[in-house]
Amino acid sequence: MHPILRTILQRLGLGIVTLFVVSVIIFSSIQFLPGDFAQAILGQAALEETVAAFRKELGLDLPAWQRYLQWIGGVVQGDFGTSFSGRDASGVDRSRAVVDLIAPRLENTLFLALMAAIISVPIALILGVTAALYRNSIYDRTVNSLTLISISMPEFFVAYILILFFASLNKVFPTLANISPDVELGERIYRTALPAMTLTLVIVAHMMRMTRAAIINLLASPYIEMAELKGVSRATIILRHALPNAWAPIVNVIAFNLAYLVVGVVVVEVVFVYPGVGQLMVDAVTTRDMPVVQGCALIFAATYILLNLSADIVSIISNPRLLHPR
Amino acid sequence: MSNIDKQRGDILLEMRDVRIDGYSDDKWHKIIKGVDLTLRRGEIMGLIGESGAGKSTLGLAAMGFARPGCKISSGTINFDGMELTTASASQCRALRGSRITYVAQSAAASFNPSHRLIDQTVEATVRHGIKPDSEARADACILYGDLQLPDPDNIGSRYPHQVSGGQLQRVMTAMAMSPRPDLIIFDEPTTALDVTTQVEVLASMREIVEKYNTAAIYITHDLAVVAQMADVIKVLRYGETVEEAETRKMLSAPEEEYTKSLWAVRSIEKEGEKNDDVILKINNVDAAYSSSVKVLHKVSIEVPRGRTVAVVGESGSGKSTTARVITGLLPPMSGDVQFNGEVLPKDLASRSKDQLRKIQMIYQMADTAMNPRHTIREIIGRPLEFYLGLRGNKRDDRLLELLHLIELDESFVDRLPSELSGGQKQRVCIARALAAEPDLIICDEVTSALDQIVQKGILELLLKLQKDLRISYLFITHDIATVRAISDEIVVMFQGAVVEQGPKSEILTPPFPDYTKLLLSSVPEMDPDWLNNLLAERQNEQTA
Repeated sequence: MHPILRTILQRLGLGIVTLFVVSVIIFSSIQFLPGDFAQAILGQAALEETVAAFRKELGLDLPAWQRYLQWIGGVVQGDFGTSFSGRDASGVDRSRAVVDLIAPRLENTLFLALMAAIISVPIALILGVTAALYRNSIYDRTVNSLTLISISMPEFFVAYILILFFASLNKVFPTLANISPDVELGERIYRTALPAMTLTLVIVAHMMRMTRAAIINLLASPYIEMAELKGVSRATIILRHALPNAWAPIVNVIAFNLAYLVVGVVVVEVVFVYPGVGQLMVDAVTTRDMPVVQGCALIFAATYILLNLSADIVSIISNPRLLHPR
Repeated sequence: MSNIDKQRGDILLEMRDVRIDGYSDDKWHKIIKGVDLTLRRGEIMGLIGESGAGKSTLGLAAMGFARPGCKISSGTINFDGMELTTASASQCRALRGSRITYVAQSAAASFNPSHRLIDQTVEATVRHGIKPDSEARADACILYGDLQLPDPDNIGSRYPHQVSGGQLQRVMTAMAMSPRPDLIIFDEPTTALDVTTQVEVLASMREIVEKYNTAAIYITHDLAVVAQMADVIKVLRYGETVEEAETRKMLSAPEEEYTKSLWAVRSIEKEGEKNDDVILKINNVDAAYSSSVKVLHKVSIEVPRGRTVAVVGESGSGKSTTARVITGLLPPMSGDVQFNGEVLPKDLASRSKDQLRKIQMIYQMADTAMNPRHTIREIIGRPLEFYLGLRGNKRDDRLLELLHLIELDESFVDRLPSELSGGQKQRVCIARALAAEPDLIICDEVTSALDQIVQKGILELLLKLQKDLRISYLFITHDIATVRAISDEIVVMFQGAVVEQGPKSEILTPPFPDYTKLLLSSVPEMDPDWLNNLLAERQNEQTA
């Protein structure tokens, strides 16, 4: 087997192991949360027997390890359990499967993340490469300070500034990114423009600065001097000789930021009332809807692991020593 | 205009009163202080001098290039009618990689790790529009063949890490030759190579510049190497020309004292002496770094008391590993180390203080072997306190004695290593080893990083100390001139095994085992015909 393939399979296996470990951590940390769903729903006045019966119905009376095995067993088969909410003392069960709750929200979140990524990654790379090319020029300094300013401001503040300029003063985009499954693609893009721009402003700086630093770090290498002595132009030196060797750190930062786009954007979702997973999770925490919280947390963990894994693989592939062994 | 038509004789490169400054420590320093240089078409000029003489800086200036932090402050550099000091950046760029090319010292670092060799070989040729891509590639394969690279048609599709250092150096020569330049700058191209590899690379480089009648500037610190390559030799020191002469004339009758000092080490000759009293005996030692690969195979070495045993071999032959086994840094897998008749514990931690004291070590890089924040007093004083328990005035008295032994005066006591020259630092390291009053000092390439004249001083000091104090040395080196200068006995190592051990006079006189012969015959000699004779001799042997 090609050593690269073996490494990738190894990493993949490690990723799955990590995911299991994380699932244990998620499950046990939720056990430490104070309060009890049955008690909370039925109220202070509920009879002890009623509470016990309700707990039994939800399966909360079983020992923790049994509940974990039930839950993880279902997850492996694609069943994340049933939401606690939708039940009440009346005995009518309107509860929904966790998958049905999360799926449309996840779709929205991924859509927003993808939009922000499509805008921000190319911008960050282009800004980073050009800043390295014109190092210490006015251009370089301007780009550096502007991105630094945008990353230094809290994201909700950036969001409100954008709303002020692009929704209130000039009615270019809608204030609320209110989308439902029946909205057409063009309209979707239009409505999510402001949250996507907010996220772009938040993450570009990090990626751009890493690109610039990774390239500049290589410019002192003897092979860069060699390229200069071959009469290669500066732009070609950066693109052909420096960039291919700089991918590993850049891709790692990109993966880190993409993961943030999926798991960390709850504040932006709230500002734009965007129906994403972040909001779902926050709501579930306030209602102690544990199956939903667990499901969201597991998806977030999987996103992190998957993106970091991809970054690892890209850095391995970009290293000719690993790709072309002796 | 083809290269063949160019007449040898008209001036290709003319530098007049070139001055180059470098910026460091917040001020400008003069690196080149007004050098003139004239190179004719097809002529090879050797630029020689010690480190810091400004050879590389001058070589790069011939391409109109100054490293970051340097500037060409005055003078004229005229290349075939074009003035490089006033030329625009794009004019210079058009010249570099097409009419003037460069071969760097470290091939491993100067190739981009992420591109195939052939892509890098033809890059400049294609970018400058000298040849179309396919033609340049075909030509590169021919050049690879000219340079005696294995499998010339396919080696180009490899990546830099997939070929050896000597091969990379030749690929870089092919890269420099690809656009058929008028001038190639060779900047210490063989310094990082083993002597046995160096011979092959030198021969193929010389052949190819002769074949295409290319002018070259060959930069090196090794006069014997440059003697094989150059028509004219120019000696530089502190950024100024010492002398310049035709090669044979320079070697037979150098005018300046300084030029003679460039082969200073070769002037020391020690009469090898025998001694049957063995102080160190290594028996059948096997050693490995990780469990998988063995680096030493059944190594047995004896060091007589008060004598010097030189361990020679190319890089990777296990010389330094042997030293690590003796000092206990690397416990051997099997075999033992006997010192003064007793078997030493295998690892460092289980040896007694006295056992540790009696074997001291001096390293190649004096810079990294000393704590840069310690003064000389602390550096030499530490073993005095640790091993001998000397304190206060007693320690300081002994310290001054030691400084006297290594021929430094007491003003050095409170200096930091950074305030010392390379040779002085190595002297301090010697004093530190002596402070422990050892019976045996292991010297690991102690002179390799030093200039010839400084090397000579260090070697003379070591010889004098041996005579006065009856210390034994295990002297690890790859330089045969150093071996001749200092050793009584020689151990030849190859691929982790001892090929030969015996008195110097025996090892250095024929008949030789194959490897010893290859090693000894590969050491460049101060004779312009040496390479020719050697190649002819090897040719004859192959046909015979």
